[in-house]
Amino acid sequence: MSAGTSAVGGLRARGWSIDPSAATVVLLLVGAAIFLLVGCLRSTTFAQLTVQGVALGSVYGSLALALVLVYRATHVINFAQGELAMFTTYIAYELMLHGLSYWEAFAATLAIAFALGTVLQVTLIRPVQHRSVIATVIVTVGLFILIDGIVNWIWGGDYKSMPSPFGLGAYNVGGVVISHLYVGMVVVVLSSVLLVWALFRFTKLGLGMRAAAMRPAAAALVGVRVDSMLAIGWGLAAVLGAVAGLMAEPSQIFLSPTLMQPILVYAFAAAVLGGLESPAGAVVGGVLIGVTLTLIVGYVPQISSELQLPFAFAVLLVILLLKPSGLFGRREVRRV
Amino acid sequence: MTALLELQDVEARYGPVHVLHGISLAVEEGSVVAVLGPNGAGKTTTLRAISGMVRRSGTIRLGGRPLKRLGPDGVARLGVAHVPEGRGTFSELSVWENLRLGAYTRRGSIQPELERVFTYFPWLSDRRRQQAGTLSGGEQQMLALARAFVHRPRLLLLDEPSLGLAPVLVAELFRIVRELNEEEGLTVLVVEQNAHLALQAAEAGYVLEAGHVVLSGSSDELRADDSVRRTYLGY
Repeated sequence: MSAGTSAVGGLRARGWSIDPSAATVVLLLVGAAIFLLVGCLRSTTFAQLTVQGVALGSVYGSLALALVLVYRATHVINFAQGELAMFTTYIAYELMLHGLSYWEAFAATLAIAFALGTVLQVTLIRPVQHRSVIATVIVTVGLFILIDGIVNWIWGGDYKSMPSPFGLGAYNVGGVVISHLYVGMVVVVLSSVLLVWALFRFTKLGLGMRAAAMRPAAAALVGVRVDSMLAIGWGLAAVLGAVAGLMAEPSQIFLSPTLMQPILVYAFAAAVLGGLESPAGAVVGGVLIGVTLTLIVGYVPQISSELQLPFAFAVLLVILLLKPSGLFGRREVRRV
Repeated sequence: MTALLELQDVEARYGPVHVLHGISLAVEEGSVVAVLGPNGAGKTTTLRAISGMVRRSGTIRLGGRPLKRLGPDGVARLGVAHVPEGRGTFSELSVWENLRLGAYTRRGSIQPELERVFTYFPWLSDRRRQQAGTLSGGEQQMLALARAFVHRPRLLLLDEPSLGLAPVLVAELFRIVRELNEEEGLTVLVVEQNAHLALQAAEAGYVLEAGHVVLSGSSDELRADDSVRRTYLGY
């Protein structure tokens, strides 16, 4: 007992804060992992659904991370994040029509997405961001409608099909059939998430971006160009969105202007589940939502895939009621 | 001899509220200058005007160069380190990250600066991974000073460093400021309520009241002034 408390005290002294509810969260996550592991070992259907859930969930996580990046920088939810992702997916489609290979188009699209995100922040968000949160949110809603209109105008509302990036094959792991697509989705999404994380964690630019998001005035005083950091943040969010869009498309089989609308709701749920301010929480939240939805649709016949969306809303509601700070939300430690 | 920092008829306002009504002051290279005055006199605003955190008019020159409409990041890039009210600590970041941010405008390695700063604040070295928000108020003020130092500024602006600190820490803080000035040639403009300590550390001072400079002179002159003695030194 005394050893336990002194260990906690020692950690505190080194600047770690131990939230009593953090232990609960860890237990919950470990429990979920054990549940999934046991399930996968006992049933191949369960394993297949889990793999599918993780793949879809990583896409939700990627878009959720985009939402979190913008939220941390501007304290605003970018309602247009999903439509922006859909738009960039159409750009990739167009590039492939013009003869680029899938991965050439992929790389070009990410670059275009970055530029687009930056330009949108500078032209549309910057002029209103100091007025009020509501003004900024309304601009993002307007952007949602605008992008939707532009896409329908340029490409029309009918379904387009894109080549599959990973082929149609599948691995067979001990009787569990895992399509190349799902493996590819997870690898691509998680590596882009890791790259963004490393950028924030290990580079001077990333440090400047974090400082600008946390305390803009103090960041400016040490010479950080806060406005540029916010623009770059939007650019990175758009890149993550583009990855989500490109990886979501093959799992939906067709490309349509509504590609990202349900996914945006799942991403919201994931971001809120993770705690809105927490990048890691967004990704974990995304995977949790993906797996849960897939398993429920797979095992509960009453919940068809059309009922996934209300289910995601229900998750959102429950989190907001029970633990508004989310799984990874941290109350800030500050001494005066 | 030209001053490193020169303010001429600087006015500043927050919306419709005029806070500075034509402040003129000068800070010589290598000196420590104090700004004294009661609450609401415009001391903090004077520093904020220099850094471009408020809209200002009049002329502000740094090393002869007018700052014009430069914002805070631009002024920081010219070599001004401003430790604001509340110390500007990035409380969620580690001590090391706070120091790294101090040198944000510098290119290349900051190792020499870090080693140097650790000679003044040895305890920082052991705590570089600690979350800055968990430091005590005094430690955070020292960290703010260290952060400003790794910036290698031409001019350090210090806003009420004694605020909320125990007297013994305040004395320690001013001792280090003095030392940085003498050993490193750091030029300092410090805003302070504690006139006694500020005049001890500074060579010269300005007294502000209601947005005007009402008195200026060397520290000795100010200490000898009856009104300063009565109002700020209390004897």
